[in-house]
Amino acid sequence: MDNRRKKIVIQSVLLLSIASLFAFFAINAQINMSNRGLQFGYDFLGREASFDIQFSLIEYSRSSSYFRAYLVGLINTVLVAFFGIVFATILGVTVGIARLSKNYLINKFASAYIELFRNLPLLLQIFFWYYAALRLLPLPQDSEALFFNFYLTIKAFYTPALIWENLHIFIYFLIISIVLIFFLRRYAKNIQEKEGRQIPVFLISLILLLFIPFLSFLIGGTNVDIELPVLKKLSKTTYIFEGGLAIPPEFIALLAALSLYTATFIAECVRAGIMGVGKGQKEAASSLGLNTQQILKLVVMPQALRIIIPPTTNQYLNLTKNSSLASAIAYPDLALVFTGTALMQTGKAIEIVSMVMFTYLALSIFTSILMNWYNKKMAIKEK
Amino acid sequence: MIKNLRLPKPSKNNLKVCLPFGFILIAFSILDVFINSFFEINLTSAFAPISTILPLFLGFFGFYLIRIEYAGIKHLDLLNKNINTNNFNAFLTLIIIFTILKVLPEFLSWFIFDANISGNSSDACTGSGACWTYIKVWLRRFIYGMYPNAEQWRINIAFISFLLLGLLGIFSNEKTKKFLILYYSLVYPILAFLIIYFLISGGVFGLEWIQTNSWGGLSLTFIVSFFSLIFCFPLGMLLALGRRSNLPAVRYVSIGFIEFWRGVPLITVLFMASVIFPMFLPSGVSIDTLVRAIVAIALFEAAYVAEVIRGGLQALSRGQYDAAKSLGMSYWKLHYLVILPQALKIVIPGIANTFLALVKDTPLIFVVGLLELIGMTNMAKTNPKWLGFAMESYIFAGLVFFIICYGMSKYSQYLERKISTER
Amino acid sequence: MLKIIRNLVLFFCASFLLLSCGQGGSGKKSETLEKTKKAGFLNCGVSQGLAGFSNADEAGNWTGIDVDVCRAVAAAVLGDSQKVKFFPLSAKERFESLKSKQIDVLSRNTTWTLTRDAELGLTFVGVNFYDGQGFMVTKASGMRSTDDFVSGMSVCTNIGTTTELNLADFMARKKIDYKLVGFEKADEARDTYGAGRCDAYTTDKSGLAAQRTALPSPDDHVVLPETISKEPLGPVVRQGDAIWEDIVRWSLNVMIEAEEYGVTSKNADSLKSSDNPAHKKILGVEDDMGLKLGLDNDWGYRIITQVGNYGEVYKRHLQDSGILPGGRGDNELWTNGGVLYVPPLR
Repeated sequence: MDNRRKKIVIQSVLLLSIASLFAFFAINAQINMSNRGLQFGYDFLGREASFDIQFSLIEYSRSSSYFRAYLVGLINTVLVAFFGIVFATILGVTVGIARLSKNYLINKFASAYIELFRNLPLLLQIFFWYYAALRLLPLPQDSEALFFNFYLTIKAFYTPALIWENLHIFIYFLIISIVLIFFLRRYAKNIQEKEGRQIPVFLISLILLLFIPFLSFLIGGTNVDIELPVLKKLSKTTYIFEGGLAIPPEFIALLAALSLYTATFIAECVRAGIMGVGKGQKEAASSLGLNTQQILKLVVMPQALRIIIPPTTNQYLNLTKNSSLASAIAYPDLALVFTGTALMQTGKAIEIVSMVMFTYLALSIFTSILMNWYNKKMAIKEK
Repeated sequence: MIKNLRLPKPSKNNLKVCLPFGFILIAFSILDVFINSFFEINLTSAFAPISTILPLFLGFFGFYLIRIEYAGIKHLDLLNKNINTNNFNAFLTLIIIFTILKVLPEFLSWFIFDANISGNSSDACTGSGACWTYIKVWLRRFIYGMYPNAEQWRINIAFISFLLLGLLGIFSNEKTKKFLILYYSLVYPILAFLIIYFLISGGVFGLEWIQTNSWGGLSLTFIVSFFSLIFCFPLGMLLALGRRSNLPAVRYVSIGFIEFWRGVPLITVLFMASVIFPMFLPSGVSIDTLVRAIVAIALFEAAYVAEVIRGGLQALSRGQYDAAKSLGMSYWKLHYLVILPQALKIVIPGIANTFLALVKDTPLIFVVGLLELIGMTNMAKTNPKWLGFAMESYIFAGLVFFIICYGMSKYSQYLERKISTER
Repeated sequence: MLKIIRNLVLFFCASFLLLSCGQGGSGKKSETLEKTKKAGFLNCGVSQGLAGFSNADEAGNWTGIDVDVCRAVAAAVLGDSQKVKFFPLSAKERFESLKSKQIDVLSRNTTWTLTRDAELGLTFVGVNFYDGQGFMVTKASGMRSTDDFVSGMSVCTNIGTTTELNLADFMARKKIDYKLVGFEKADEARDTYGAGRCDAYTTDKSGLAAQRTALPSPDDHVVLPETISKEPLGPVVRQGDAIWEDIVRWSLNVMIEAEEYGVTSKNADSLKSSDNPAHKKILGVEDDMGLKLGLDNDWGYRIITQVGNYGEVYKRHLQDSGILPGGRGDNELWTNGGVLYVPPLR
């Protein structure tokens, strides 16, 4: 009884002190805000923003609401995080495998890359890319095309853009082809288990993926036009490229720094994963006559993935959170647009910071749940 | 396709022919690229259209010729096993060697040969290379920030005393070993805080008061990482224990705290510290910016340290708990005397990693207006008298951070090896 | 027994009342004033480096017209214009720093607007520089006025300031589709413009003049003639401390008043014995202006001798340094064609 009472006492003391701490903060906040004549409320979200944002994937103008500005910032964050994850994964896996290569030079090279980019602060890398490296790019009028119509200039990376007509029909056809591939794989697996013969799944999937969306052009009414960037003179010496996509150098610098930095951690995870697969597995597979590529694909990778996925998820989360460093350069992501500009214009510190923190929390928890589900699916079912 | 090429296959039989021929080809190709990049002389200009790719072909063929399996010559076999296992590897090896040779002369000339280091103003930088004069002139600022030159001895003494007090743990004998945890989690932070308060900040004993806004540079990086670490360490320990506790309230509070601080980016946390902390305090009470930043970073890192320590706690077998309980120890006693010493020893590398991450995260305090090393280099490079030295700034800052972080990671790997052999 | 207790209680009540009356009577209670006097120095918020307004050199000495406003307040309140601690603040933290009492005067070329007056809990106590927003472009670009602006151009500026909003308004009026490249620090915005990433740089014209000197080749750049907004820049204090507001307001006003009546740091001593009543009030010889503010009567004399009058300050930091050579434009006295008209010291 005494033990039980002690437990209850400890817990209630803890909860009470936390509650009183929050109350203390809340009361002070109230007093301070009323002293300064401020009102607590989220209704400012409906008000007009009156500032412009450089880069936005959705419609935005200075007469849009603060909430719309929040959405623009959020989409920009997700954009840079998504591409960052893609590039970091590709690079990280490559470097991780290179790190295990028997070739001495490649091994050391990969090792040097990992050590160099891992031990430099991410902020420094972002600054370096934006203020030092990308400043060396030429002005639009002096630039040469990279290949065909891709121009890398100091003002933006100009690429040709695709103008779609009836994009949704194309997407439907794409979805149909993916579903068909799904069924094809199930069918192929069944056939292999029943009759033992293999169907060239990869080849057929490739054909399906290319052919069915192509059909949408013929019978679906989709049309795609390529818009090329063309040099346009703004004034005597000021030029830009008009038409096509203009990817701002802020985005490129942030993407480059994030990918290179996170790739080092992913490379280490991949290496740990592949090394974590017992040597016996590789030896048994090679005794069955499989070559190196097949061993990697059929035996090592599926087992290694179980070890690789959890820490890699962590790295994806870190990348998403690190994208908030965009406020150090002028990339309009959630941190810069909302906790930067919007906060300075409205002064609603508590509301804005709470919204932003909550958003990041939601993103983290969402990714965690996704990966936990994947993890459970891949876990070895113990009998 | 490369596999099906019908070429003379080098083997032990034609060793005497293939080997010298192969080596000559390789040496020639490397020499060609070397002379091309260092002295700008094109040896193979006779074959003008393909002269740039010629060394690649020659070297590739040379490597093919020396790829003799089990030749019996030790060094040849070592070479083959390491960089010449198949065509693809040989190709990559050549590419790497050529890239290094091509990049090296430019790099060396910018870094060393055309660089300037003498003089005291930007006029001294006449060469086309790096301007190390700039670093030399600003070095004091980079290390000490805006701290007055005359008082910098205080920072030096303070750091030396931090180091000495921190290393006291090595000199503990059996009797004092049990106080180690208490020392590091309680006594050491308090002592360090007092040293900072009286020595670096000053204001008493005739020392001039230097406001925290003037602290900066590398010394501030160390102060922030160091204090964040020693404050987040005890808190992380409590959280890790709390997360494994049987009391549901304690457990859920710990989980909530840990998941919250792990889910938000550090820059928003710092921003919250600079803008919102003041609102939560009674009006009239103002806490120094530096203290706010350290508290914010400490709370943030405590969540990560808690996870690291939790890993260590999980690695211990239940037997330890059971044995200690059977001896009649209470919760705190058993943790303090039995569990924590073992768990902490396991996770020292993890803690070293956290400290590494902390050091790399300190540049973010520019959000609250403090200038540590990167902040100071940014300020220096925009000074009107020293424009245009962005590259030197970043390379200097990068070099300093690299040395610190690489050194620490190597040390933590050494610790890990030492500990794993002990068990 | 009861009688003694009753007497004691009455005695305590009476003394308590007397004491509180006494407090009220001896006049002015200003928390900030007490705090500053006790600390022995003034906490002044300035910019992170804007030539002519607030700028620190390698040795850590701060100079500029904003810096001199704080020095004037320090001379008035503490007797020594050097007793100031400067806090360089970004645009983001400047108001929060003031609100959270880390600083007591914000002298950071801050624009006086209704929103800031009403919504932030702060009070603007005067204008020490009448400015307007303008644009800077390269001479090579060939643009000679804002009419030459074309859709598709990019403009570098600071975020979170009135500059950003004015720019959005202006470009919307002209129906120009532009790209805003916004930074938190002015240095970064200027650097990015200098490198060619942006076609124009916008901020207050005084800021443009100062930043131009910090570009690699200042002569390659030109400030366009149009002024697209009103930017009255001045010091800011917290709302709620009326005495402190008055002290800061009148420290600034006395500098302008001194120039209007010809009192300079050089002739202040000799003018103490002048017959002109304005001189006498400024220098504290008659009418106890200082006491009315809660200071001593030499406050004006100290400000003018230790810091100078408005004209001397302007000349020292903006004209002689080459940042804004030539005429003072709007920043002249009203008697000279400008807008500087302060309430009289009486």
